[in-house]
Amino acid sequence: MPMSSLAAAVSVPAPVLLPLHRTSTGLVTGLGLLAVAVLAGLAVDDYWFNAILIPFLIMALAGLGLNLLTGYAGQASLGTGAFMAVGAYATYNLLLRLPGLPLPFALVGGGLFAAAAGVLFGLPSLRIKGFYLTASTLAAQFLLPWAFNQYGWFSNYTTSGSISAPRLEFAGLDLSTPQGRYFVTLAAVAVLTWLSINLVRSQAGLAFMAVRDMDTAAAVAGVPIARTKLTAFAVSSFVIGVAGALWAFAYLGTVDSRSFDLDRSFTVLFIVIIGGMGSIAGAFVGSAFVILLPILISNVATTFFAGAVDAGQLENLQKILFGALIVVLLIKEPAGLAALFAKFRRRLATWPLRP
Amino acid sequence: MPTRPNRSFRSVLAAAVLALAATVAAAPATHAEEAKQQYFPLATFRVGAYASSGIPVWAGTIDYFRYINEVEGGINGVKLFWDECETEWEVEKGVECYERVKAGRDGSPVPLFLPHGDPISKALTEKSVADKIPLVTTGYGRTEAIDGRVFPYSFTVLFSFWSEASSVVNYIAEIEGGKDKLKGLKIATVYHDSPYGKETQTPLAFLAEKYGFEDIQIPVPHPGNEQSAQWAKIRQLKPDYVFLRGWGVMTPVAIKTAAKTGFPVDHVIGGIWSGSEEDVRPAGAVGKGYKAITPFPAGADFEILKKIKAEILDKGLSDLKDPKSFGSVYYNSGVIEAIIAVEAIRTAQGKFGNRPITGEEGQWGLEHLKLDDARLKEIGAEGLVQPLELSIKDHEGGGAGKVIQWNGEGWDIVSNGWVKSDRDLLLPLIYERAAAYAKEKGITPRSSDSAAN
Repeated sequence: MPMSSLAAAVSVPAPVLLPLHRTSTGLVTGLGLLAVAVLAGLAVDDYWFNAILIPFLIMALAGLGLNLLTGYAGQASLGTGAFMAVGAYATYNLLLRLPGLPLPFALVGGGLFAAAAGVLFGLPSLRIKGFYLTASTLAAQFLLPWAFNQYGWFSNYTTSGSISAPRLEFAGLDLSTPQGRYFVTLAAVAVLTWLSINLVRSQAGLAFMAVRDMDTAAAVAGVPIARTKLTAFAVSSFVIGVAGALWAFAYLGTVDSRSFDLDRSFTVLFIVIIGGMGSIAGAFVGSAFVILLPILISNVATTFFAGAVDAGQLENLQKILFGALIVVLLIKEPAGLAALFAKFRRRLATWPLRP
Repeated sequence: MPTRPNRSFRSVLAAAVLALAATVAAAPATHAEEAKQQYFPLATFRVGAYASSGIPVWAGTIDYFRYINEVEGGINGVKLFWDECETEWEVEKGVECYERVKAGRDGSPVPLFLPHGDPISKALTEKSVADKIPLVTTGYGRTEAIDGRVFPYSFTVLFSFWSEASSVVNYIAEIEGGKDKLKGLKIATVYHDSPYGKETQTPLAFLAEKYGFEDIQIPVPHPGNEQSAQWAKIRQLKPDYVFLRGWGVMTPVAIKTAAKTGFPVDHVIGGIWSGSEEDVRPAGAVGKGYKAITPFPAGADFEILKKIKAEILDKGLSDLKDPKSFGSVYYNSGVIEAIIAVEAIRTAQGKFGNRPITGEEGQWGLEHLKLDDARLKEIGAEGLVQPLELSIKDHEGGGAGKVIQWNGEGWDIVSNGWVKSDRDLLLPLIYERAAAYAKEKGITPRSSDSAAN
């Protein structure tokens, strides 16, 4: 298909059209961040691993997955929690039933099962759009966790119905320590982020955006609509499924189907909205805002106000503050934090000599 | 446009302040000086869906701690100090709280941790082993954790879900006039359709076979605010008793629907988490006669509660906002947890010296905790706390509950003292499950003889 007609159907300038030096800046930034993340993994203590870095990275990954579907391909979804559950339960069963299967393969396997579930529940997207599509993904959200709770086979008939991490090891390394779990998470997030960046700059990514912006125009330009939508569901659910498996095994250690309820889907959706639709970096800043800011507020509150303010009131005040921050942010920059940062960077580039 | 750069400068400043605050807040406050006081972190839920049941629990715990500090001058002279971390009963927040507090404060270590939430306790099972901090779960938590050889740092103290089920069966035998009368009875379990709700299925199936009653299981989907179908089915099956394992809004709705469909409410026996004032008051007048089994008997007449009333409540030191809740199931559950925690620390001090206790020492204290009638009388907790004796092989120690009945205003105790569960029947099954868990996770169980250390 001619590139020009495809690009014409895309309203935002695609990153692939940017001059080369911008791409290499991005590469340098990405590698720099990765180096910082690796160094952090050698320096910080358990609290940072278990309470901050691991949940931040995993939710960023889930946000990235949903962003591929909603932000890039324009398909609304409330089934994120369900696809995370598929990833977690599939990985658990693969590790349980195929002893000796190396961890990375089990994670990829879990992602593939989630991708299959995504395609299945994405089928209605061929006929319906927007709000109506959320109903179909909502069905996944109710059906799949219910099935995992209902049928004991999925959790190997444990009394409590919860699944817990099998031994985390790879190539003779014990990865069950906080540091080990962090590096497993970091590796998965880094690889999937890199693949996602490449995906959205590729032909397939352009097709995603063409469908998002106007599917009729995209069809006229020769984009195969059905295949593009289902690909988006598959890729997105794969990433979300891996995030779910990491959530279960690298972060919490033990989960049951309640861990992947509708609230989880909403959290991921908020990450995408607050971070920025259609932005890879947005998933990360969104996750930082949604997951880490409440922890920061709570830490500051306990350090400075515990004892001075009634404990119950203090908790409610934190909720109010967090809510107010979201409202202020979305008024100031409806396109999300990523857009705010981009604006800020452009301003900084010319500062102080601004027009 | 002079304001523009100014604004971006302000955002840089704001970001810097936030980053600084993060560093300050996250830096563990450690003091080189020897700690004289015992730190005790509290994972609370004062906001969120379950706040109304949580608030009286902390009040009970904090009031007992204050009583220990103010009246008894601490545990053997070691005073307690605590801080709170909000979990909203959510597992991620619970994990964050645990990580935040586990290193201790001001040089004082964490002797034991009360996760207050079944999913939180499960997520912490393995982390607590690595950190050597005992998790004490009263009336919830993993049943298999009774086997301390496989679960060295999980303590399902008091009353596990399996014991709950077995005690209900034994209470029914008590009112029917003997275990031989159980044969041919129909006992329906109406349960919250979640891992928690399903926990009693295995022991009930086992006991049904043993005693010859018919075991009927009826699930209610979360949150359970509509149960017509379930109770229509009950009317059709005509069970003799209904065992109600609810959570949250499910319980009052079940009581109301039972009354509406004509099932006698005094033949409904609630589980541990369906047996508080907050569960039955919303059902209104029809709740009168409803029963529940609990390890946390309600009432303000226990000796220790009278002392707390005189020394803490009447002096305005209480954490309780609503004095009506004094002596309620949840308030008393907080007092009971605090008594167990304090006695475990006291036991550990007996071996390691009168100073703040570490998690590892707390584990020893718990595994050697012995609360017999004489000791309970000294504390003033006779009738409030069941006699307990823990060991490596038995992290539950008790396994009995009292049956309480709602009289429209409060609870009356209607069972003949503590109703014991058939622990000798169930323990082999529990050990089997613990062994299976150990095999799946590659854990080598501790030997139970090493208790001699």
